[in-house]
Amino acid sequence: MPKFLKRLHWLDILILVILAVFVAVIWVRIDGTLNYKWRWDRIPNYILRYSTKYETWVPNVLLQGFIATIRISIFASILALILGVILGIARCSTNLTVRMLARTYLEFLRNIPPIVVIFIFYFFLSEQLITALNIESWARGIARQENNAVWEFLFGDMRRFPSLVSGIIVLALFESAFVGEIVRAGIQSIPKGQHEAAKSIGMGRIDTLRYIVLPQALKKVTPPLANQFITLVKDSAIISLISVQELTFKTVELVASTRLIFEAWLTTAALYFVLCFSLSMLFRRLERKSDQR
Amino acid sequence: MRSDIRAHYDKHKHLLYSQIEDGLARFPMEHRNNIISARNVDKFYGAFQALYDVSLNVAKGERVVICGPSGSGKSTLIRCMNGLEFHNSGIITINGVEVNERSKQLPALRQDIGMVFQQFNLFPHLTILENLTIGPIRVRGVSKVEAEERARNYLERVHIPEQADKYPNQLSGGQQQRVAIARSLCMETQIMLFDEPTSALDPEMINEVLDVMIELADSGMTMVCVTHEMGFARKVADTMIFMEAGRIVETAPPNKFFTAPDSERCRLFLSQILAH
Repeated sequence: MPKFLKRLHWLDILILVILAVFVAVIWVRIDGTLNYKWRWDRIPNYILRYSTKYETWVPNVLLQGFIATIRISIFASILALILGVILGIARCSTNLTVRMLARTYLEFLRNIPPIVVIFIFYFFLSEQLITALNIESWARGIARQENNAVWEFLFGDMRRFPSLVSGIIVLALFESAFVGEIVRAGIQSIPKGQHEAAKSIGMGRIDTLRYIVLPQALKKVTPPLANQFITLVKDSAIISLISVQELTFKTVELVASTRLIFEAWLTTAALYFVLCFSLSMLFRRLERKSDQR
Repeated sequence: MRSDIRAHYDKHKHLLYSQIEDGLARFPMEHRNNIISARNVDKFYGAFQALYDVSLNVAKGERVVICGPSGSGKSTLIRCMNGLEFHNSGIITINGVEVNERSKQLPALRQDIGMVFQQFNLFPHLTILENLTIGPIRVRGVSKVEAEERARNYLERVHIPEQADKYPNQLSGGQQQRVAIARSLCMETQIMLFDEPTSALDPEMINEVLDVMIELADSGMTMVCVTHEMGFARKVADTMIFMEAGRIVETAPPNKFFTAPDSERCRLFLSQILAH
């Protein structure tokens, strides 16, 4: 008998049995009542498919969406980190106006549901921004070029670039509010003595922040920031509502055209889980490593 | 003089007088040679008054030791000297430059005043060498090579050259405090302020820090120390100051201070801390 089984109490076993029964009941309901016909064999083809045109394996919708989600998450995180650090610093400013503006921004984003924020941003700001900066025709220009491999690698299909940018910006804006609060907490956790020591060697406020406070604060808040990054990956599903071609959007499309409701959504759930769980394992390991120093 | 001008002058005479008083009368010539000068300084924390009408002068090269019971305003006084706290009335000048909240020269002023804290306050994310060079490089604009050479030189002077590449939390309290002293010295300061530098140390480490401070005093540095180390005070002080409840009660050279202080309170305090 394996060691971990010996540690199980009879109550644990009871709970596990109840859970198993519960899962079985649901399974039977789906299988019998809904009369659902499982077609798992069709799923792999929607992840990778063999292209007869290029004679090689190419990513199909699900994997395309998955890659897009990773891209969006990375860019949005970088942007959110930059905005969040600025916001965190502004929240600790000695200037009342700066502090109030930062607080207003934060409270707006924190007290409006993300979906509403995203729609408002998309319909009001993003249209204006993209028209004003002429992003659309610029992106089309690149899409028509011969060697746009770097652009394609970074941003995927350049014809979809405008909606991708809106998605990244809105996600970053939304997450920056939370990043800002984390950074503020980090800055405020640095003891007063550090500020005083920096002042006493003649450092100004900006130098103190840059060389003394921020390096220490950011190191302290790395674990919650990493957590926020994982949250951002999950939140990125919301921007499917503004037609950004990421994993959730692609799944919706796939389900609409093939009726593989359960298979597609379960696969998508697994993809999100693998991504977020491996990130969280990675961060945990990094954290343990940095503690050892 | 025309009568209307005369009337105007009489009406505003007190204003002129108070300006003169602020600028000159309260800050007479003989005090301007002092590297540190405090005149009639009051300091409040909310309703609590921490300093009452404190006046004090420190000449270049003078070593002043301030002692007194806790809560007597010693730390507050020296923290007002480099603008870590701001006094509410009176004037404090360093090298003739006024220290106050509105002063744009405060960072420049602080470059000339080193401060050593009770809790060391080293920068934990930087190595010892970086702790010492960050001031010269970022504030004084010294080159990295020169700053490192200077840092190693001062680490030598505080007797821990071999610790340069460690981080502060790898050092003992006494070593950390010596690094803190070296950090201030690296700024080539004219004045050193010590805020109870040995109070947070284990007893066996106090002497290594005091030895460094004595060597510093011997080199002619202007020093203001808040400390209860009376052996050290007797050795280095030119002037002893006793404070109680926000007031300077006694100012005397150490000979007189330790043998025949004028005030009864001071005598009692000394007998308490020298008793054992």
